[in-house]
Amino acid sequence: MTRPLVEVRDLKMHFPIHAGLLRRQIGAVRAVDGVSFDIREGETLGLVGESGCGKSTCGRAVLRLYDITDGEIVIDGKAIGHEDQNSLRHVRPTMQMVFQDPQASLNPRMTVARIISEPLDEHTKMSGAEKRARVLELMDKVGLNPTFASRYPHEFSGGQRQRIGIARALALNPKFIVCDEPIAALDVSIQAQVVNLLEELQDELGLTYLFISHDLSMVRHIADRVAVMYLGKIAELAPRDDLYAQPLHPYTQALLSAVPEPDPAQSDNQGERIVLRGDVPSPANPPDGCNFCTRCPAVMDVCRRIDPDFREVTPGRYVACHLYDPEHGGTAPEQTGGANPGTAQARTGTYPSTQQGGNP
Amino acid sequence: MPSGDRTVLEVRGLRTAFQTRSGSVYAVNDVSFDVKRGELLGVVGESGSGKSVTMMSLIGLLPMPPARIEAGEVLLDGEDLLKASPARLRNVRGGEVGFVFQDPMTSLNPVFPVGFQIVEPLRRHMGLSKKAARDRAVELLELVGIPGARARLDDYPHQFSGGMRQRVMIAIALACDPKLLIADEPTTALDVTIQAQILELVHKLRDELGMAIVWITHDLGVIAQIADRVLVMYGGQVVEQAPVRPLFRDPRHPYTRALLKTIPSVTGERAAKLQVIEGQPPILGAFPTACPFRDRCPLAFERCHAQNPAREVVAEGHDVACFHPSAQGAEAVA
Repeated sequence: MTRPLVEVRDLKMHFPIHAGLLRRQIGAVRAVDGVSFDIREGETLGLVGESGCGKSTCGRAVLRLYDITDGEIVIDGKAIGHEDQNSLRHVRPTMQMVFQDPQASLNPRMTVARIISEPLDEHTKMSGAEKRARVLELMDKVGLNPTFASRYPHEFSGGQRQRIGIARALALNPKFIVCDEPIAALDVSIQAQVVNLLEELQDELGLTYLFISHDLSMVRHIADRVAVMYLGKIAELAPRDDLYAQPLHPYTQALLSAVPEPDPAQSDNQGERIVLRGDVPSPANPPDGCNFCTRCPAVMDVCRRIDPDFREVTPGRYVACHLYDPEHGGTAPEQTGGANPGTAQARTGTYPSTQQGGNP
Repeated sequence: MPSGDRTVLEVRGLRTAFQTRSGSVYAVNDVSFDVKRGELLGVVGESGSGKSVTMMSLIGLLPMPPARIEAGEVLLDGEDLLKASPARLRNVRGGEVGFVFQDPMTSLNPVFPVGFQIVEPLRRHMGLSKKAARDRAVELLELVGIPGARARLDDYPHQFSGGMRQRVMIAIALACDPKLLIADEPTTALDVTIQAQILELVHKLRDELGMAIVWITHDLGVIAQIADRVLVMYGGQVVEQAPVRPLFRDPRHPYTRALLKTIPSVTGERAAKLQVIEGQPPILGAFPTACPFRDRCPLAFERCHAQNPAREVVAEGHDVACFHPSAQGAEAVA
């Protein structure tokens, strides 16, 4: 098995809340509260969830755009969880980001050529002519007409602007790209163009993506494995086909059944729709026990007391839910044949720790 | 229902243009449709296809100038709203026609409690006393499923979540028993689980109150869930109209067909590669003399560049604006 390119263990990102005359800290917004996952080289991990669940914060924290509260991050064999911003500069070329809103993430006063070559100015010693050649090559690669290099972002449509953002992310030959809702701001007919471009680039350059989105149908298309986030934690992580065919966590089940099916014939056999009651609790004040217990249709007593571990219930499938935890009267899902979840890994609970342990 | 298929709204040949420094921009071209009592008409289209401008033209919500309605009739129960006086339109808006906008945060006034905002149309249009209006407001909030309605009347919009705010907007739109509810992308800003709650609510309200609903969205999934009939708009025109099932089973316009193929689904087959519609949506400009989809259409031929197709009936309740024979029911080529 290929070694994971990205390893995240127990990542926490808490934002302090200050109040009162002395601005004392009175609490924290637990935007990301103990998240673990791996992304293998050349793979796309989809990260889905509703707004406010912490998926974007998670993506930004993995790239160390924040100083994280706790946890470990290893990218391409280098632990970057607690590096200071100066030493991070040397790692940044391997990890890049494509942002949601191409209007807001492109400087309106810079030409396309300057936007795309900015990472080159910062991280390479290329000559002007070399940079120019690289910019044109990148524009061509993402399907932008190179003759538009001296135009400004406002002269482009939404889909083209997103291509500029992608070209900028590719400039330094990164291995890992966090795509934070890259298609959310685009029209339906343009979304498919951008998703196909991301897939072609992945095949050609062997890129690894963390694809953050709230669009479950698009994630089904692009991701190899999918992590479902709820209120700062991963509820379920599984290979794509398993997750969509047989969601285990009650939240994943509800989320999938809430997606309107664009085919009336299909929606007839979609079965009974699970409509969740209520809203997502505040991440500043999450409920005791399982954080989904306030809305869960299958809630049990134990859920209100004990926070379920994020366990591997069948090979490659992780769920944080007491329904699948034998210790709390749950049952393992059918596919396992009964015996598998009793492996040492599953017993100890949680995700296996990184090979590195601490810093190498 | 006694008047089950009575037409509530009839729009004929609506044409709206905006005056700009570089000439007129035709945002809505000869749009015609009707909605019956108890019917939910879905309007789909990409941004810039003219869906919102059409609906705003109906009840005089566009600033004029720069907007100008050049032609058409908008008949609400037989009364032409385009000829109505501003005072009459003020009575129609919020009274006979309710409106729900996309973003519940920007369409509620942040400095007034929600109770005040629901009571306002009740006092203005129905002439209720303060007390009666407050009671009615509580009923409305209960109707849209806000728990503890009476206690929440004096809360401000920021104290509600997005889904709850959209419920408040729906309550305001429903306040005066409208004949027609126009909902402009009402769930686009919401999460899917909250969207499912709102869709369920609208279904229930339509069945209980029997009003006509026009639901604008770009999400074909939502349309498939709730609409009875669908209007597909492209480049300021209606390119296809059909009852919901025939539209998804047998789409005739090349744009509708392509649009249905570009959308991945959470069930069903997973395509290895997404189909794309090449090119960009059209930039609206002078009055169109050719098919707006011609540059992106795989089936376009000379006639499409020379003439703008009119809508022709191809089956019962199903019409399409396309010259290609496959749209008329001949075997599809592509």
